[in-house]
Amino acid sequence: MKRLPVLCLLLWLCALFYAGIYLFVSGFLLVRLEVNRTSGCDDVLQPSGARRDFCGAEPRFRRTLLLVIDALKIDFARFDPDNKSPRPYENKLPVLEETASRRPAHARLYSFRADPPTTTMQRIKGFTTGSLPTFIDLGNNFASTAILEDNIIHQLGNIGKRLVFMGDDTWENLFPNKFQRSLPFPSFNVKDLHTVDNGILQHLYSTMVGEDWDVLVAHFLGVDHCGHRFGPDHPAMGQKLTQMDGVIRSVMERLQNDTLLVVMGDHGMTDTGDHGGESQKETDAALFLYSPTPLFPGPPSQSEPEVVPQTDLVPTLSLLLGAPIPYSNVGQVLLPLFPAEGQTEGAVTGLSQLEALWVNVKQVNRFLETYSSMARDIPSESLAALRDHFSRLSATYLASSPASSPASTRELVESMQAYLSSVRETCRATWARFNPLKMAAGLAVLALACLLCFLVSQASGALAAGGRGLLTVPLKDPVFDSLRCASLLSDSYVIAEGRVVTFLLLSLGLFVPVRLNWEGRLLPPLHDPQKPPAGLLPPAPPPAAVRRESYVLLGCLGLLVGGAYLSSCFHACREEQGACQPSPFLAPLARLQDSRRKNLQYVMSLAALGLWTYLLRRWLRHYGNLNASGGAVLAARWVLPLVAVCLGLHWAVSGTPEDSFRNLAELIGVAQVALPRAAFALLGLGMALLWADPITVFLKTRGPAPGRGSHAAAIPPLPPRYRASTGISPHAELQHLIPQIYQRMRRSLEDSEQMGAGEVDTRPAVEAYGLGTGMAMSFLLLLLEMGALLHIHASATSLAGLQGAHSGDFSVPWTPVVLWSLASSQFFHATGHLATFPSIQWAAAFVGFPGGHAGTLLPASLVALNTFSSHILFGVACPLLLFWPLVCEDDAEDAVMEMRLRENPQQFSSALLQLSTRYLTILGAQVLASVCAAAVLRRHLMVWKVFTPKLMFEASGFLVSSVSLLVGVSLVMRVDLAVGRWFRRLLPDATR
Amino acid sequence: MNVNPRREDNCFSFFPSTFNLRSFCIPIMWDHEIKAMASSHAIIASSVFMATVVPAVFIRGFSVYGTHLLWLSSVTGAVSVVNVAVFWLLGISQPTKKHTIGYKLSRLVRSCLYLLLSCLFYHTVVVLYGAPLIESALETFSLAVLLTSLTTLRCLCVLGPNVQAWIRVFSRHGAMSVWDTSLQITVACSVIGAWLGAFPIPLDWDRPWQVWPVSCSLGSVIGYLTGLVVAPAWIHFHRKQLTYKCK
Repeated sequence: MKRLPVLCLLLWLCALFYAGIYLFVSGFLLVRLEVNRTSGCDDVLQPSGARRDFCGAEPRFRRTLLLVIDALKIDFARFDPDNKSPRPYENKLPVLEETASRRPAHARLYSFRADPPTTTMQRIKGFTTGSLPTFIDLGNNFASTAILEDNIIHQLGNIGKRLVFMGDDTWENLFPNKFQRSLPFPSFNVKDLHTVDNGILQHLYSTMVGEDWDVLVAHFLGVDHCGHRFGPDHPAMGQKLTQMDGVIRSVMERLQNDTLLVVMGDHGMTDTGDHGGESQKETDAALFLYSPTPLFPGPPSQSEPEVVPQTDLVPTLSLLLGAPIPYSNVGQVLLPLFPAEGQTEGAVTGLSQLEALWVNVKQVNRFLETYSSMARDIPSESLAALRDHFSRLSATYLASSPASSPASTRELVESMQAYLSSVRETCRATWARFNPLKMAAGLAVLALACLLCFLVSQASGALAAGGRGLLTVPLKDPVFDSLRCASLLSDSYVIAEGRVVTFLLLSLGLFVPVRLNWEGRLLPPLHDPQKPPAGLLPPAPPPAAVRRESYVLLGCLGLLVGGAYLSSCFHACREEQGACQPSPFLAPLARLQDSRRKNLQYVMSLAALGLWTYLLRRWLRHYGNLNASGGAVLAARWVLPLVAVCLGLHWAVSGTPEDSFRNLAELIGVAQVALPRAAFALLGLGMALLWADPITVFLKTRGPAPGRGSHAAAIPPLPPRYRASTGISPHAELQHLIPQIYQRMRRSLEDSEQMGAGEVDTRPAVEAYGLGTGMAMSFLLLLLEMGALLHIHASATSLAGLQGAHSGDFSVPWTPVVLWSLASSQFFHATGHLATFPSIQWAAAFVGFPGGHAGTLLPASLVALNTFSSHILFGVACPLLLFWPLVCEDDAEDAVMEMRLRENPQQFSSALLQLSTRYLTILGAQVLASVCAAAVLRRHLMVWKVFTPKLMFEASGFLVSSVSLLVGVSLVMRVDLAVGRWFRRLLPDATR
Repeated sequence: MNVNPRREDNCFSFFPSTFNLRSFCIPIMWDHEIKAMASSHAIIASSVFMATVVPAVFIRGFSVYGTHLLWLSSVTGAVSVVNVAVFWLLGISQPTKKHTIGYKLSRLVRSCLYLLLSCLFYHTVVVLYGAPLIESALETFSLAVLLTSLTTLRCLCVLGPNVQAWIRVFSRHGAMSVWDTSLQITVACSVIGAWLGAFPIPLDWDRPWQVWPVSCSLGSVIGYLTGLVVAPAWIHFHRKQLTYKCK
């Protein structure tokens, strides 16, 4: 098989997988249909008979001030006077509780429950349209597009309110040209706690006292960024909340009588300061309502809700400000804000409870009718029940009169509320809509791709082995992989995935020597004195060699096991794992407050980095000669140490607390940009050089030597003993020399191949490093474990070879490939990643770019490099499984080593194909399993929380792994090609 | 460590004189052997049952989950005692070439040492597999002791204190008698049972037997019992294919 067809075949197989994944995902994650109709003043949903001019009527409030404090969790807003030793985030906003208890008619504090996904853009979308954004929108967080659905901003602008906005620039993208005046500030840079807030505060008070606004939206980001950067439990959070307390106080002082103040958080945060999921810590924000005129009929009654859904803000605000409710709202009005029937005395104008509810009910019903005529996804029986409920409601409402008894009115109100709640629940339940046809097609394509991959691997294995064993199906080896796949079908195992993978890795690792022993290859065979040595049997290997190899195998196994065990110190925790403590190494250095621990961690990371660099260089030097002057060799010699130095300095800079070294702030800022960028550039340069010139052999041009003729042009440096043999005829000498050259070259070939892996190794490492320096140790473990795995494979192969079971081909058995893929997913977890969206380490996007990004491609690729670093590493280094046993062979007997590969390119190519298809099969089977899990369990309670994120991560992990596998394979082929050309240049006239 | 005794050489001296030595190498005569094995296994299995049932009569509130450590120790003790007794009575043990007191004493000391080392080994392996390191260390160690009594003790009874022989038994052609084959089967079953026992632990069913180490120890005991049943049956049905090295 030639090189190009192999590559094409691999590419085609990968494309098949991608097509299957795409088909399935497009059927699985469907967007809710957006109803692009808007409510208007003329289609107002008036209560019975009397057609009041809805928009023209005097509204309850003329103006409103909406203070959105991003990630204002309800816990931040509570005030507990008995708490003597509050955490940094507790009791820092006393103004809210204080006002609510002192002036109960003017203020209330509610818990404000958001719908998942709790990312800022989805939340803004949710509390302006009143609908429930679906999962697929999640990806748009950093590339917000304008909201096309009807929303409250549009409605308010429509009735002539003057809107002013300041703060998070996401709003500007969502509502382009809707605001009279807007002061957007960049939101993407999470490290920056103050720019947005200070920008708002510069303009807020002066705007407030002016008269040129009706609706003012101010979106503060400091609390959220503080959470992302330091977590809630940090003094910086206390300072930020205290600042917000001051802001609210001074806003309340300047508030006029016709103005409603709404202070709200758009979502909460977890204990680590992240958000995006659907745990209660993330969904429960605070909502505070205040007005200088009485807002509520009295102190909070028993029937008042404690928790307000986020969608309820839209209808409430619309009706209070005299605007129509947006068309696709599914929330219900907040009843305590409206006077009960018969309590309309005094100056309170506007709608009564019953009227407001009726307007709301009619709007929701109209939306439901429109939606169900456009899409068929709401189940018809629940739709019929809702319609029935509505017709009963409307009959009762129209029959009722203002004079009807309070009891029947209350009954009607409750019935309306029940209707609205059930509509909301129905919508929630159905807006996870699936397309079964596409899903089935995707599943079928994926299964086909897996099967094809498997068949290709078997066929190429048979080709490599010379035509036998085409149809033998391996049964024992993939047991572990099928266990792993089966584990993806249960939510408990997905939640505990890090430990499950480690468990399986250890089991399979321990299984290797056990099986070797079972086959009688671990120990030297016993002599049988009674039996004469049979002529057919191969000569027994020297027991010493077998024993040594066994010790090496066991030692590497120990290394593997130890590495796997230690790597569990770096795991992060899912919110579902109750008693789990996240690894202390995950926190960035800047977040640590104990300076001794900080220093210790820094030193340990530096040591790990140093060891890493040293080991790689040592390795390169061992297998090649790092003394040429070519670009690639230079790169190999200098890039790694330089990068290591850059990294170390960068950590030091980013680990220093912000307020120390005030006078060096300039320098630190420059260093934070320059150092990581230099590392990126160096690595890019190294990889480019490597690709251009993959051979790192030292070429030495020699003059025509006597007795050798004029044809020996360039010969690599050889051990002197071969030079001493010049007495023999040139031809014979050359024949003698060729294996040596081969060996040298192949070594360096191997060397450059490994270097390729090494280069890529550090690249993603940079990302993780920039984040948590603790991860440096994890990466060291990764390197060690990789080496141990390779060595175990090599020892097992050579033990098999020693005992005469070597089949003579280069095929890699299933076991090491399965081990390889298990280790790759193990290190995904051991670098502090999890298959959940909140656990994505967004801060990686800012390594080297503290000022934020213009586009989305660069940060996305940086984050992907960070997240999938272990996939990339193991993917690129996968061809090493093929080389390693050959490299580690004893070169005492015949110094051919991996030259054997060169001698039969046919087998080499097919072995490479076999290895890559096996790896692809295993990865594809995992994707298939998680796809099956998502498809089968699509109505499971945990589908959005566990299985869908797992599917997305597995699919993107497959994408990254397969691409890096292709890169690795093509790198090997590039090297092979270069060596072939080089060798032809050496050889031709010599043999003639 | 110690000298490899070349087991082929002393195949004939391998079993004490109470048995017809040739019977081990002639398949037709195995029936007798298999019967002996089946009955001894029945005794061992019934000892496990007794160890579960008898304390329940005497101790108030005894249950497999509730007082797991107690159950573990009672099973461990019963299995060890019965194993040693059965194999001693059957006389299946390493031939003692020397009959001096000192030699016997050194064998005893080495056996105890190996048992201790095996407990530590199992403890380490279980911890590496993900058992908690510090908390519930006592439970983990009890599991290690149980596994030792199920596997290592039997090796010790059949093969004597000789690690090389132990390792060699677990290879395809390593069994040299029906007892070695049954040793292979029971040990593999107990270890696989303990391994499978770890599977339900992460599940969120909140059952009492999911608590560490209940499922693992239950798994290993069930695996051991299965091995005790399977070993004679398997040997019986495969007696045509089985060949042992001694002629």
